Amino acid sequence: MPELRFHNLTLGYERHPAVHHLDGAVETGALVAVVGPNGAGKSTLFKGVVGALKPLAGSIERDGLDARDIAYLPQVPDIDRSFPINVYDMVAMGLWRVKGVFGGIGGKDHRIIEAAIAAVGLTGFERRTIGTLSGGQMQRMLFARLVVQDARVIVLDEPFTAIDAKTSADLLDLVRRWHSERRTVLVALHDIDLVKANFPKALLLAREPVAWGFTPEVLTAENLNKARRMCEAFDESAAACAVAAE
Amino acid sequence: MLYAALIAPFADFEFMRRALVGSFALAFGAPPIGVFLMLRRMSLIGDAMAHAILPGAAIGFLLAGLSLFALAAGGLIAGFLIAIGAGLIARATSLKEDASLAALFLVALALGVTIVSVKGSNIDLMHFLFGSVLAVDNPTLFLILGMTSVSLIVLALIWRPLVLECADPGFLRSVSRSGGPAHIAFLALVVMNLVGGFQALGTLLAVGIMMLPAVISRFWARDITGMIGVAVVAAAISGYAGLLVSYHADLPSGPAIILVAGVLYALSVVAGPVGGLIWLALPRRHLEA
Repeated sequence: MPELRFHNLTLGYERHPAVHHLDGAVETGALVAVVGPNGAGKSTLFKGVVGALKPLAGSIERDGLDARDIAYLPQVPDIDRSFPINVYDMVAMGLWRVKGVFGGIGGKDHRIIEAAIAAVGLTGFERRTIGTLSGGQMQRMLFARLVVQDARVIVLDEPFTAIDAKTSADLLDLVRRWHSERRTVLVALHDIDLVKANFPKALLLAREPVAWGFTPEVLTAENLNKARRMCEAFDESAAACAVAAE
Repeated sequence: MLYAALIAPFADFEFMRRALVGSFALAFGAPPIGVFLMLRRMSLIGDAMAHAILPGAAIGFLLAGLSLFALAAGGLIAGFLIAIGAGLIARATSLKEDASLAALFLVALALGVTIVSVKGSNIDLMHFLFGSVLAVDNPTLFLILGMTSVSLIVLALIWRPLVLECADPGFLRSVSRSGGPAHIAFLALVVMNLVGGFQALGTLLAVGIMMLPAVISRFWARDITGMIGVAVVAAAISGYAGLLVSYHADLPSGPAIILVAGVLYALSVVAGPVGGLIWLALPRRHLEA
């Protein structure tokens, strides 16, 4: 049963496609790496998946899931680090889909939050304001919030960029745990070796989908070369796309 | 002696008591809003909004003279129109919200001053700009108290989305649609508190009781709840001390209140425990870990 299905999906900005004619499905419980050069459309695809960007053409089927039920870690979260909120409260916000604007946070919820903070190794940081965290600690906190969100589908955009080896390894363990819990996880990555070692499925994007399937078959030298040759710039004088919309 | 200086003015004169109650009411309503404005880097938005309510109050004045209801209703309507207008223009065009607000409030200010001058006298204009906290009568007092109560209740209702919209707006958008309505409700609270303050302090100084305590609080507390507590206390002290100063030194009361807040601000910048200048300059050894 596919959790996400893309039908001839085109996403982009001001009519220029950044993801062009993507077809395919993500099975429930799949762990998929989305790979491609900068500008390949990885982040754009994720924005489409979580409903932040409307498709220029085609559609995304979410198997009855509301786009807001998908947990999403953007590449550059627009967090105001000078805002006086502490780690505990920030992680607690992961309960939003359950608690909403007014729901109280009770004893069971506190245990969930504490467990999540412990799972990312931030125990002892609960009362620290977010402005005092390092980049890696910040990322750990955001992963704790993802744990609390307890979502069926989790989308991570370049989660290990500028993160040291130890932190990456810890966070990767969490990703594996989510996979073992049969959650559907999509991760944008550019470290090919990391993908080959940890991700069973991969989607190679270069605006157009280059290959999608089992990782060893997708990340071949030939496919990677093909992806690298992608032209990044939008063509301002491009004609309307001739591929028929369904 | 101390009684004569600190309590007698309020015990002896009803207008002083009313002014004090009014100031305390404002101290509960406006500073929490100011704290959020400051944290969202919108400190000057309060100023702009205060100017924006002037033409509404002026049109109310034009239609009904110095009627409490007309002034308040006019101010509220004009403030809401300009806040929502600025928001809509910012969303629909490439102009940012502060730029569209700047454009609208300047037009509104010019319009407001023009309307007041055509119909009224310079004394009326002074009343609009600087208010008269000592002339607060019972209906005005009830209006201020009512607005403060509504303000606190609404703030409690929108607290969670408002905090998250400040700290991590992207995340709020990804889990909830409440960010937009909370933002609009918040702007409505800004307008409402300014209209409440405007009755006592005038359009120009109403912002003072909103922003100065908020800025002061940054030097005394690290988390937002503490800041709001400090801001309310600072505003109440300013109201009380300002009224006393104005009584004993025969100074205009509105400016006296804001000047006291200004003194508290100066003290906080120098000696506030969270980032005050003294603490930064003090040679203290760093900690082991």
